[in-house]
Amino acid sequence: MPEKLTSRNLLNQLQTRHYTNAYAAKIKGQLVGWATSIFPQEFCETMDLTVVYPENHAAAVAAKRGALPLLEQAESEGYSMDLCSYARINLAYMKSQAAEIPIPLPDFILCCNNICNTLIKWYENIAAELNIPMILIDVPYNHGYEPTPAAIDYIKSEFGECIRQLEKITGRPFNHEGFRKVMILSNENSRAWKRVLDLNQAVPAPLNGFELFNYMSQMVCARGRQETGELLKLLIEELEEKIKLGKSCYEDGEKCRVMWDGIACWPHIKHNFKAFAKNGINIVCSSYPEAWVLLYEPGNLDELAKVYSMIGNNTCMEYQADKREREVKNFKLDGILFHVNRSCKVMDFMQYEQQRLVAARTGVSIMNFDGDQADPRNFAAAQFETRLEALKEIVAHHKSAKKSKEVTNNDPA
Amino acid sequence: MITAGVDIGSTSSKVVVLAEGEKILNKVIIPVGAGSSGPARAFEQSIREVNLSREDIKRVIATGYGRNTFTGADQQITEITCHARGVYELVPGVKTIIDIGGQDAKAIGIGKGGTVSNLIMNDKCAAGTGRFLEVMSRILEINIEDLADLAALAKNEISISNTCTVFAESEVISQLSTGTSREDVAAGIVQSVVGRVAGLVKRIGVQCEVVMTGGVCLNWMIIKVMEKELAVPVIASPMAQLTGALGAALLAFESAS
Repeated sequence: MPEKLTSRNLLNQLQTRHYTNAYAAKIKGQLVGWATSIFPQEFCETMDLTVVYPENHAAAVAAKRGALPLLEQAESEGYSMDLCSYARINLAYMKSQAAEIPIPLPDFILCCNNICNTLIKWYENIAAELNIPMILIDVPYNHGYEPTPAAIDYIKSEFGECIRQLEKITGRPFNHEGFRKVMILSNENSRAWKRVLDLNQAVPAPLNGFELFNYMSQMVCARGRQETGELLKLLIEELEEKIKLGKSCYEDGEKCRVMWDGIACWPHIKHNFKAFAKNGINIVCSSYPEAWVLLYEPGNLDELAKVYSMIGNNTCMEYQADKREREVKNFKLDGILFHVNRSCKVMDFMQYEQQRLVAARTGVSIMNFDGDQADPRNFAAAQFETRLEALKEIVAHHKSAKKSKEVTNNDPA
Repeated sequence: MITAGVDIGSTSSKVVVLAEGEKILNKVIIPVGAGSSGPARAFEQSIREVNLSREDIKRVIATGYGRNTFTGADQQITEITCHARGVYELVPGVKTIIDIGGQDAKAIGIGKGGTVSNLIMNDKCAAGTGRFLEVMSRILEINIEDLADLAALAKNEISISNTCTVFAESEVISQLSTGTSREDVAAGIVQSVVGRVAGLVKRIGVQCEVVMTGGVCLNWMIIKVMEKELAVPVIASPMAQLTGALGAALLAFESAS
């Protein structure tokens, strides 16, 4: 009897296929694009273009411990080690193509700066080096709670320019009916992804955060595709079954529920996972995978512009604090672990004030640690373990104090 | 019941042996820490000197950077919780703890019963830690214990602008080579550490009593400059670098009782 297909196996198959298909397309002479991780993929999906995501690739390279040679190569070529490690890995890869997981070089670039502005210079550099076209969706930062009407109009005008450029690159007309279908499918997948994330509100949570980071890669690379919907459907069934059985993702049970704030620390992900599991601490939610929940009314370009503008890094202090406050409540969090990520300055620079605001509003315990999304040199295991254990001890004290208070209050004497 | 706390830092090993959670039977400090023979030697010495054997110790808690590698312990607890417990025993009114350790600096907010209510630690950089003071003392060719007395003689304190220990080392060497007095440099070093750590304390909110613990609290100039920086009195923990080991011994007593 054939073994039952699990979502984990399907994910591995889809991710392998994603990279092999890209290579196959290149060999066949088809165009291949490189895109930033939260580019409005609806446009290139409509044109049925093969696109790979260098940030996802850099994360995979780092998780397989292949980052250091590429980082050193980039630095020897003159890139500062203060630059984003994803950028350094990708810029080095562009030159050497030396990685365990290969991706084909691009014929065009799709860049949206809704997560950071380093991306613009990084991708401009690639476009210049390889002499290929670059499509830029420039998204203004949201100083207010939501994008202004002027910002929405500006982004929409860039959508029009994006379509014009894609038609020029491919020599084919843009199919507006197909565009609508892609938007419908992308929303279905985003809704399913949100359902996956929300199922972790269960106590105990059925999924650990490191698995969330893995499944997330499918949303980065193929959130407008049919097969992603199939994967998420299977994953939801598995999670619902686990919840029904009251199963924790840890054999010894879940002692502490936390949010991982920021990007994963990919080069040390195995170490991080073991340290969490040893302490019975589960990452039940994270700001990272949630970034790929992109919901809007299909066909409504104002909403499309708005949703791609309101990515975590591009939103104001108050919006981010409100979001974290809701998550503390909805996911019944005991604590938040902030990754102070050397690579991602834009993600870090609000962290201290976010910590202060969220702690004051919710009383949740907060801890931070130093690391890097892909540079293995910016991390100290002993420091990480001490801070994680300290967080567990603080949470345990708070829980025990709360319990004593409840006992005292319920004491009829 | 006899319990022990073993605090294994990056630069020293400290042990406190406690009877009935009240009476200190012995305390030992050996100036080598994690990864050396220090922790085992300190523990051996602490029990041998009071004619005890391992079997006489009901519970041993290890803390500090090397807590997970000490095989003689029944349990490991982080230095954050142990320092909080130790200081609370010595200064019951404590609300804020400053701990400058060999590898990191922490500001700890203390809630009811001596529990940790809030905590901020430095980033990985060594600026503002005990290691920074050690490196700088070596350049000044003095023992770290003499840094405070030297800094007190400063006439024109310099400002050390680099936060990176390696760059600050070059900056100090450059100052000395251009004729700046060792006293003025020493005062600049003290100010640099205090400036960094005071920033952490202000972030959690300064609440009295403020107690400084760890070996660095023996540097009276750091206490004095910290008081000025925070504009509140700062108490040096009466057991200085033994405070974490005391906390561990107390927690061992409480968990064994």
